[in-house]
Amino acid sequence: MNLSRSFSSLLLVLGSACVGAEDLVLDVEIPALNVAEYHKPYVAIWIENSKGQHQRNLALWYDHDMRDDEGSKWLKDLRLWWRRSGRQLSMPVDGLSGATRLAGTYELTFSNKSQAIHGLPAGEYQLVVEAAREVGGRELLKLPFQWPAESSIETSQQGSNELGRVKLTVQP
Amino acid sequence: MNIKKLTTLALIAASMGVASEASAHRAWMLPSATVLSGDTAWVTMDGAISNSLFYFEHHPLGLEHLEILDPQGEPLEAQNKASGKYRSVFDAQLTRDGTYTFEIRTNGLFGAYKHKGKNVRWRGGVDEMGEIPAEAEDLRLFEIDRLMQVFVTKGAPTTRTFEAKGVGLEMVPVTHPNDLFVGETSEFQFLVDGDPAANLNVVVIRGGIRYRDQVDEIQLQTDAQGRIFVEWEEPGMYWLEAELEQSGKLLDNAKRRMSYNATLEVLPL
Repeated sequence: MNLSRSFSSLLLVLGSACVGAEDLVLDVEIPALNVAEYHKPYVAIWIENSKGQHQRNLALWYDHDMRDDEGSKWLKDLRLWWRRSGRQLSMPVDGLSGATRLAGTYELTFSNKSQAIHGLPAGEYQLVVEAAREVGGRELLKLPFQWPAESSIETSQQGSNELGRVKLTVQP
Repeated sequence: MNIKKLTTLALIAASMGVASEASAHRAWMLPSATVLSGDTAWVTMDGAISNSLFYFEHHPLGLEHLEILDPQGEPLEAQNKASGKYRSVFDAQLTRDGTYTFEIRTNGLFGAYKHKGKNVRWRGGVDEMGEIPAEAEDLRLFEIDRLMQVFVTKGAPTTRTFEAKGVGLEMVPVTHPNDLFVGETSEFQFLVDGDPAANLNVVVIRGGIRYRDQVDEIQLQTDAQGRIFVEWEEPGMYWLEAELEQSGKLLDNAKRRMSYNATLEVLPL
């Protein structure tokens, strides 16, 4: 018992030495579109490594509350996410799936204690945001980042169709 | 009965390019989707024999020998089968996650001869050859081994239905056939009677021929292990075909005609 307790404290010390209170803060803009038939887009947000390999899912916005989970029929339209991760998952996923969003800017914060990024090894990554809209188009944005950051670093990309501005802040 | 038999014969003749009936006809199935998500999904399939891909302009595909294997390798019943002037159609309900194989296998003998001044076509097995009259003239016999496949995946891809039967020309996917993307190279292996089919000519054609001047077929040849490597430059539905003619396996005086084709979907990344 003592042994295990000291082991835990050792881990805690090591943990705090490697990683501080890093946060990923993400602003994702869903643009207002002037189209005849508008449906809120399906959006997947995830982290891949520099080789494009899927690492962590951060968010999935889709019609998650339809009868018989009918909304999952269109998840494959998030083409890249579906290939990299979605097709392996059983929907809905706790802590990941959420409703589609109206036009606007949404802030998402992931602390290094959150399930989504806890234990993410130090390295080069890309944040990927993919959006697909019913009777509309699809768009993919990638924002490279270093994890963890030594100082607060901000990067952003401007979408041109299905996504507006996507801003990523990595805080030390 | 006669009509049904004739239809089958015409199909075999057209798709195998038998003797003087040789033509550019292509037999194919076209799925409504190859990558699906959701708890339960439907796929609807067209089947036709045509010149151009993928257009209905000549003959519906016979569905008598259609088999659907679900991801566990169990048979799945096709629903709403129908045959029109130019195409056949059917639906399949996909409840299990994984890869489904839709296939039409044709194995048997095809004969063409003259009898009492008329051209006759015959189809059957070796044990039914007695049906051919002894006084038949210009008898030509062909052993036919033909396989047409389409792969459809709901959820994560699986490979359980890819096992070769060791009869005729078959394709064993190395790259999963529902995981084909522009800019990537896919590998497929071909077998003849279960052994690697070396130096086999394989043709890959993208659909939408009507909207371009050239067929733009990709011509490939298998290596010693029967493998081809295809680099996909454009997304779309592709028709892949290989044909092989050998001397008869069952009959000394027959030629053996084997063919394999599949419709593959390539997605943009």
